[in-house]
Amino acid sequence: MKFRQLTLAAAAALTLGASASAMAQAQQFFPVLSGRTGPVAPNATPWANGHNDYMKLVNARGGINGVMTLVEECETAYATDKGVECYERLKGKHGGATVFQPLSTGITFALTEKVPGDKISLITSGYGRSDTADGGVFKWNFPLIGHYWVAGDTVLQHIAKKEGGWDKLKGKKFAIVYHDSPFGKELLPIVQERAKMHGFELQLLPVPAPGVEQKAIWLQVRQQRPDYVIMQTWGVMTPTAIKEAVATGYPREKMFGTWWSGAEPDLKDVGAAAKGYSAVMMQHGAEPQSAVVKEILEKVHAKGQGTGPKEEVGSVLYMRGVMGAMLAVEGVRAAQERFGKGKVMTGEQARWGYENLNLTQAKLDALGFKGVMRPVSTSCQDHIGSGWARVHTWDGSKFVWSSDWLEADQQIIKPMVKQSADKYAAEKKLTRRTAADCGS
Amino acid sequence: MFYRENGQFKTSYRADQQIFPIAQDRWAVLLLVACAFVVVPLLASEYLFLSVLIPFLIMAMAAIGVNILVGYCGQISLGSGAFMAVGAYAAYNMYARIPGMQMLVAVLTGGAFAALVGIVFGIPSLRVRGLYLAVATLAAQFVCDWAFLRISWFTNHSTSGSVSVSNLHVLGLPVETPAQKYLFCLSLLVVFGLLAKNLVRSAVGREWMAIRDMDVAAAVIGIRPMYAKLSAFAVSSFIVGVAGALWGFVNLGSWEPAAFSVDRSFQLLFMVIIGGLGSILGSILGAAFIIVLPIVLNLLLPWLGSLFGLEVSIAAVEHTQVMIFGALIVWFLIVEPHGLAKLWSVGKQKLRIWPFPH
Repeated sequence: MKFRQLTLAAAAALTLGASASAMAQAQQFFPVLSGRTGPVAPNATPWANGHNDYMKLVNARGGINGVMTLVEECETAYATDKGVECYERLKGKHGGATVFQPLSTGITFALTEKVPGDKISLITSGYGRSDTADGGVFKWNFPLIGHYWVAGDTVLQHIAKKEGGWDKLKGKKFAIVYHDSPFGKELLPIVQERAKMHGFELQLLPVPAPGVEQKAIWLQVRQQRPDYVIMQTWGVMTPTAIKEAVATGYPREKMFGTWWSGAEPDLKDVGAAAKGYSAVMMQHGAEPQSAVVKEILEKVHAKGQGTGPKEEVGSVLYMRGVMGAMLAVEGVRAAQERFGKGKVMTGEQARWGYENLNLTQAKLDALGFKGVMRPVSTSCQDHIGSGWARVHTWDGSKFVWSSDWLEADQQIIKPMVKQSADKYAAEKKLTRRTAADCGS
Repeated sequence: MFYRENGQFKTSYRADQQIFPIAQDRWAVLLLVACAFVVVPLLASEYLFLSVLIPFLIMAMAAIGVNILVGYCGQISLGSGAFMAVGAYAAYNMYARIPGMQMLVAVLTGGAFAALVGIVFGIPSLRVRGLYLAVATLAAQFVCDWAFLRISWFTNHSTSGSVSVSNLHVLGLPVETPAQKYLFCLSLLVVFGLLAKNLVRSAVGREWMAIRDMDVAAAVIGIRPMYAKLSAFAVSSFIVGVAGALWGFVNLGSWEPAAFSVDRSFQLLFMVIIGGLGSILGSILGAAFIIVLPIVLNLLLPWLGSLFGLEVSIAAVEHTQVMIFGALIVWFLIVEPHGLAKLWSVGKQKLRIWPFPH
């Protein structure tokens, strides 16, 4: 009897659900691979909250030319196999995924092999494979507005400026503390290239995942006394590193993080002891004063629809989620210009949008990103769009800007990207995209 | 009542010694395999193939390999993840460096290299036993983790340390679509399952079991411990290595050493213990339990929540899933310490005498 009632209830729920989804109009589906559990949870959670809040804001603003956005999450816990499982689960749902943002370099590597077959783009804003900036080989990857080589180049530029020029770096010793995985290693080519150019020494210090065991590394730092420490860390690894640095007495002013190693969750617990620590930021930092944050607070959080706690709105990683969502949405808007306004775009159509993104400062200001980011414009060959960064420094309780806008030196990065992409193409026996393919 | 062998007379040794002496078993298994080959590819969705069935098949194969070593020969090993890694990276190097290399050949050579490494790390088993051996094989895990992270030759000097393969063909047939991948893995699992089953029923298998049950006694009756133990290591690592190569080539496509971390070794050992030590069927059931159950729970929990009008957050689902999974492992081990395979044979026995238990 009880079982029967249960099945009846289940059947009723199913039919209700089916009819409800049939009634709803078609929506643009943005899957989210979240990391709300596992070793990166404190950092990946605000990203996902920011992403989802911005999608709600887009709907509150009236959708993408009337097309509402739809978000569904799948938990990866920063594990590559789980991420791939989530990708398979979500890619066909709700009429097909528009674009994936894996928020993990490991998952990006795995999905890079899968997306051409499924015709879904990957946005890896600030992470993933750096060589995917070459759209001639990587048709479906978009490391929009930054990858690790941009981060590495800009942080070195900042240090060189502080020292008074690149020539002053000669003979200096740099320790690179990095996550021992593709994520950490992606930073190395650019610093090695720069070290060769300017004659500074590198000391590579890999930290095994998840990065909570760093005593030996910092002992080495203490013995070798490098002039600077550059950290390519993520999740629980960052606060551990900073705490170890405090314990070893390494000056925080000489420590620089890349853009996944400098957010509030990393430094909150260390507090005043971390004063002086800096991190290069992918354009934005903590932006509680920006127009888009105010709009989210007013149109989403004030209505009780906020995804996460109100306090984190506008924090560094929350903003990165907002920016990721904005780029994903604007690509669809660009695609609608070509394939029909007010229509739901397929993954393939959205790809065209990401490849022909042209976000001018006026457009960005209108979206509420004034002072948060600079213009982005992509093309068939150039899948990154721009390479700006700023450095911010922890003053003991919050971040303050400590540099002006820095632009990565494309003279150095472009040939490296091309060389690496060519190597990939040769391994995979791919040919570069033709001019005809570019127009499509 | 439903499951009786009354009237099935064996008139030859051959009939008496077949893998499934009972006709019902034989037909059921054949039917199951036929279903797996014909019906499943027609019905399964892409998600089911890529995220559930293919990982399950490959892990089942690895579990068979581990079971030969741990279950049949009694040598506890925590280096299975390392042997998988050796298989995957050896196959990758064969495939990437030798032009015109056949994928199947690369995968099998990967297994052969894993067998070699397995023999090397099996040498301590001649002196140390039980838990001490488990610790000694753990060394294999650390050595391989280190080698594949640090020696860039193994990863073809890839800057990120991640390697990938594509354009897979077997004997001229493409292995690209989910169904093709599934059929490829299934064929290999059937071949290796049959091979393993026959091996453990043969003289060498009996030697392994003799060593497992009491190695001094086995030596006294003329079984060479070195030969028996190292052959178990070799065969086991070969199968695990082939599974590792498949895991990289077919399931992941692009991988880093973290895919074969020490967690993988533990996972394989759990599969074998939960499935049933010394049972080929147990390896397959154990793999299903460890690989498929978390995914099922993950899909089921939000649905269950929605049934009662609860909005379950994604993080809560993840935590609940881990808790339920852990509780189920404990429950199964209490109910049947000999694993799922034993549970199955008890069930069979019950069916046989039903409805008159005495």
